[in-house]
Amino acid sequence: MKDAVSWENDVTTNTVKIAARDVQVHYGDTHAIKDVNVDIEDKTVTAFIGPSGCGKSTFLRCINRMNDTIDVCRVTGDIRIDGEDIYDRKVDPVQLRAKVGMVFQKPNPFPKSIYDNVAYGPRIHGLARNKADLDDIVERALKRGAIWDEVKDRLQAPGTGLSGGQQQRLCIARAVATEPEVLLMDEPCSALDPIATAQVEELIDELRQNYSVVIVTHSMQQAARVSQRTAFFHLGNLVEFGDTDKIFTAPEDPRTESYITGRIG
Amino acid sequence: MICATRSQIGGYVGSLLNAGSVGFVVIAVLVLTAAGFVLVRGRAVASVSGDARRLHSLPNYYGYFAGMMVAVPALLLTALWMLIQPMVIQNTVIDLIPADMVAEGSSVNLVMSDVRRVADGLDVAVAQGAMTADAAAALEADQTDVRALLADVGVALGSDVAAPVLEAAQKYRVMTARGTGTMAFVVLALAILGLIAAMWMSTGNFRARNMVERGVLVLLMLAASLAILTTVGIVLSMLFESMNFFRMHPWTDFFFGGKWAPNFRGDSDLSILPLLWGTMYISVIALLVAVPIGLFSAIYLSEYASSSVRSFAKPLLEILAGIPTIVYGLFALLTVGPFLVNVFGRGDNGLLGVEWMSGATAVLTAGLVMGIMLIPFVSSLSDDIINAVPQSLRDGSFGLGATHSETVRQVVLPAALPGIVGAILLAASRAIGETMIVVLGAGAIARFSANPLEAMTTITTRIVSQLTGDTNFASPETLVAFALGLTLFVLTLGLNVLALYIVRKYREQYE
Repeated sequence: MKDAVSWENDVTTNTVKIAARDVQVHYGDTHAIKDVNVDIEDKTVTAFIGPSGCGKSTFLRCINRMNDTIDVCRVTGDIRIDGEDIYDRKVDPVQLRAKVGMVFQKPNPFPKSIYDNVAYGPRIHGLARNKADLDDIVERALKRGAIWDEVKDRLQAPGTGLSGGQQQRLCIARAVATEPEVLLMDEPCSALDPIATAQVEELIDELRQNYSVVIVTHSMQQAARVSQRTAFFHLGNLVEFGDTDKIFTAPEDPRTESYITGRIG
Repeated sequence: MICATRSQIGGYVGSLLNAGSVGFVVIAVLVLTAAGFVLVRGRAVASVSGDARRLHSLPNYYGYFAGMMVAVPALLLTALWMLIQPMVIQNTVIDLIPADMVAEGSSVNLVMSDVRRVADGLDVAVAQGAMTADAAAALEADQTDVRALLADVGVALGSDVAAPVLEAAQKYRVMTARGTGTMAFVVLALAILGLIAAMWMSTGNFRARNMVERGVLVLLMLAASLAILTTVGIVLSMLFESMNFFRMHPWTDFFFGGKWAPNFRGDSDLSILPLLWGTMYISVIALLVAVPIGLFSAIYLSEYASSSVRSFAKPLLEILAGIPTIVYGLFALLTVGPFLVNVFGRGDNGLLGVEWMSGATAVLTAGLVMGIMLIPFVSSLSDDIINAVPQSLRDGSFGLGATHSETVRQVVLPAALPGIVGAILLAASRAIGETMIVVLGAGAIARFSANPLEAMTTITTRIVSQLTGDTNFASPETLVAFALGLTLFVLTLGLNVLALYIVRKYREQYE
């Protein structure tokens, strides 16, 4: 696969936030991820695209060690965030997940009030000194999730009562409330209608100011709209990684070209 | 000689018919059904000259249809006949018994059971060849010792047979034989009629498949309505007996009195309140044991256990649910009770050196064992409910850096709470209705006391004790059992409805 990895020549404008080397993932007997090497930059939106079952979500879940919760899943290789190996024995996966926030495919607000949903992470990690402090954190997170204006008058209403798009933005607000450095998004718009999708995409663009965002998406248009860098996965391999513009206009690998033009997928 | 032999054989066959004729009729109907299947299927195929594709339905459907036509009306009639015949015969026979005998012997049912017993005894005697059918019909109570005669063939009677009873028994035999014979004839005729009708209808265009479909629908509806009707029947019978009770005993004493002191000479204090107190006290202790342990084991099994542990531990836990409650009762009586006495009683010889508990039967004994019984119930229901909480909620919580127990405590349990409350209410209604454990473990003294080391009694134990032994179903001391039962029924029904309502409301949240 080495010949396919053309990104080594690209000029990196931002510092590297996440560096993955020779990552392999096995689900029982299935070899789900093969030899993935990738550098994800800070304050950049990186999109993972590829056909269903190509391993892009699996790889995403390696970055915050969510795969640890699956018994049969085995990860080898080296993933470093800011130079620190996250699979090192010294690293507490629970602590890591506070630093690497995640937004899921389906909006999954807890059956609690909007306020408690956002305050969940800060409470667990003891980020607030007092009630007023917590109120501030919640307000800031909801504002950053671009949903403050819609919910500020009903913070005690159940989070499950919001519309799908609002729920997803609430989940994003919930994720940013713990002050993560990286935000992982696993097809965050696949359960949303076009208007909600547009709102979330706009939000992702704003989040780029503060975070390193990694988004898995099925929609190539979405990848083109929101990301600066794009990685194309196919059958567990990282086929091509580079500037989004380049991937979509002049892909180097024939498989990338086939996927983008709709011949595989 | 020949004549006697013939009548002997006749009697033998007759009694065989009598005893086994219902079985004979059913077998005959089943044979006819099988024959109908083959015949009608064959006729349907023949009607399209062997080309099954031209039939409306597959050939077997014509066979099923024939089976339906033969078996269903015939068997229904058999069942109905067997239900009604004894009633008709009893109403006729009862006229032969003088009214004073009934008054003396306390109830019509008791006399009738004597009659049936003598009649059965005569059947046995005839069947074994101890006497001829004619001789059995001609017996006279004042000439023969019927009791000794029946004892010879192995039928023991409680007392000498009075003349009217013997006469009634003979009449009973004759009518039963005649009725059963008529039934056999009518039922077989109906079955053959059904067969003929099925033959006549089953030609190429007949929609046998649709008819079978309709038959299946009726069968299913019948089964469903039978379950509901039985419940209604049970409630009504309890209601009528309870009304009899309240006619004899003031309802104010039953619901608001403070004493339970049944006295079979009459003038009893029959209040439910001390019993209700005992029931509630024991149930609360049982739930205090069962809910934490059951819930924790459910959390372990559904959240922490690996699938191999789970596949091994869950069936094991559910074995507990399969243990008969009488065995739990023995456990209470022989193991838990004496152990508790050892701890809390026996003065200086006991473990604590105190003299708080005198007997093995106590509220605590019954409560603990009942709690153990309820553990698998609570755990299995809670396990299902916890598993129904979507994985996405757990992922969301883990994704925010929560630990496993934080996730369980703050996300999974709150989401599952309504369902768990429902499970606890169901467990409570089982605790309230539980009988054998409290019969053996709780004692028999009705009182208001807060001391869990004392013996107390419950509604269910009192129902058992009021109805066991020689009972007379005309006294309030016996009939109170039905009022107690009805109250218990209303109580548990209320809890079940509440629990189901809560569980259902919870389900809608995720679907």
